[in-house]
Amino acid sequence: MNVIEVRDLHRVYRRPRTSLTVPGTRVEALRGVSFDLPRQARFGVVGESGSGKSTLIRLLAALDKPTSGTISFQGKDITGLPERRLKFLRRELQVVFQDPMGSLDPRMRVRDIICEPLVAQGHSDPAGRLKELLDAVGLPQQSADRFPHQFSGGQRQRISIARALAPNPSVLVADEPVSALDVSVRAQILNLLADLVERFSLTLVFVSHDLSVVRHVCDTVAVMRSGEIVEMGAAEEIYESPQHSYTRELIAAVPTLRTAMRRFA
Amino acid sequence: MSALTVDSLELSVAGIPLVTGVSFTVGAGERVGLIGESGSGKSLTATAVMGLLPDEVDAAGSVRLSDVDHDLVGATEKQLARVRGRRMAMVFQEPMSALNPSMRVGDQVAEIMLIHGTRPDKATARAAAVELLGQVRLPEPAETARAYPHQLSGGQRQRVMLAIALANDPAVLICDEPTTALDVTVQARMLELIRTATEERGTALLFITHDLAVVAQTCERVLVMYGGRLVETGSVKEVFTAPKHPYTRGLLDASDLEAVDEHGRLRTIPGAVPGAGEFPGGCVFRNRCTDATGDCAEAPVLSEVDDRGFACWNPVGGPA
Repeated sequence: MNVIEVRDLHRVYRRPRTSLTVPGTRVEALRGVSFDLPRQARFGVVGESGSGKSTLIRLLAALDKPTSGTISFQGKDITGLPERRLKFLRRELQVVFQDPMGSLDPRMRVRDIICEPLVAQGHSDPAGRLKELLDAVGLPQQSADRFPHQFSGGQRQRISIARALAPNPSVLVADEPVSALDVSVRAQILNLLADLVERFSLTLVFVSHDLSVVRHVCDTVAVMRSGEIVEMGAAEEIYESPQHSYTRELIAAVPTLRTAMRRFA
Repeated sequence: MSALTVDSLELSVAGIPLVTGVSFTVGAGERVGLIGESGSGKSLTATAVMGLLPDEVDAAGSVRLSDVDHDLVGATEKQLARVRGRRMAMVFQEPMSALNPSMRVGDQVAEIMLIHGTRPDKATARAAAVELLGQVRLPEPAETARAYPHQLSGGQRQRVMLAIALANDPAVLICDEPTTALDVTVQARMLELIRTATEERGTALLFITHDLAVVAQTCERVLVMYGGRLVETGSVKEVFTAPKHPYTRGLLDASDLEAVDEHGRLRTIPGAVPGAGEFPGGCVFRNRCTDATGDCAEAPVLSEVDDRGFACWNPVGGPA
């Protein structure tokens, strides 16, 4: 059974008007996106800024409503549901954002950041769960008493991941989770995500501009441009033999050590 | 003679050493990459070279430019102001915070020439600015010159930054993660532009990044920094194909997304970069190094032969 089914999703924004007589221009952020995510799929979304990938995430997490089209989550249509009926989604689907400094409250201790979703849902043993979560993401127990600014970028991303996993979700959405990190830390966080997805049988939606990163964590990839999926298929296949010219352009643009070193060969 | 010579640079805050004994040169027209993780001291080194250190940082050692007759370390603000933007310029990571939001970009390019008096009057400076915007391949440079920064895309803003940096034909250009905030296809074009622009003008380039692939694509020589020290130096080809320092080896392994271990996981460097002042004594990398021995309690010296050097008692592949 599919966890998520997206059908012909459209989202049109109107830019703020710049003149009294002329309405703001229409921006079609999503133009007919459809896909299915089976349970435990690891789905990558690749595209540059303006491709519509962030809009897609906002719609999947029901933080925004589509102009037309439907998203069903575990067989239930979530488009147009009022917030009070989205409680199950707020537990089942969690998001890890790109910039942990922007998504973690600087005035809250790590303990409170991670436990907040648990308290909201009336968890019976938040302290025990906190311990498990810190362990799972590889942070020392004493981190609980510290503030986000006392951690490095990679550790902060571990805190975001622990917070996301706290309500025991079935779907984890990661929005460029490693783009702001150093290469060595990037490898550590990618490994951690791969471990956790396996261990907790998560369905993963991984959004990135870098196909070589996506290929490493995902089995299926959708390449987006201007609000449309231009190519979708098995990650390995798309990386090895891209069919669409834009996919080829994307792959060529990301410098990898191996390709860059060819100029010295 | 080298365009930029940094000798025994020492930087510290309240007695905590941040950069220790850093020496390197960048020749005219040479492109040198400075790599390392966040917290390794690479941006601080660039800031020191530009003479932009905050007051609380104590600097010792020497930073010299080929066409400036005084040392930049310990120089007065007045002396530095004459050098910055004229003999040496910098492109920062975030163009939106480096550009003046309330000033047309053409005027910002012209301003740097008027301040240093390299153009006699406003009209010529403006004309030169339009020409520069064209040289950094901005579409319709005359139109773009009248735009404000917020009307441009991230890539275009970064091109404006490059135009400002190159306006007075500096001998040295420092780029600090200039493409990190850009989209990948935009990054590719920006890197190409930096390469050709410095090549055409014979500008010495110091390129700071944590992305090894970008260095491999852009630079000829590379300096690897960790814990405020240079741990390995050499040509990109040698350092990246036959690294001597375990840290360089670790960075290369972690950058390679095509190689995985037996569990299908990427290779990583164990642990994390310690905070400032928390690096171990002796070799700064020894608490994360899998090859560390008793010898490493004593700091290894970076020994350079023909521009190739490494600071390690147990180099990868044995002593050469």
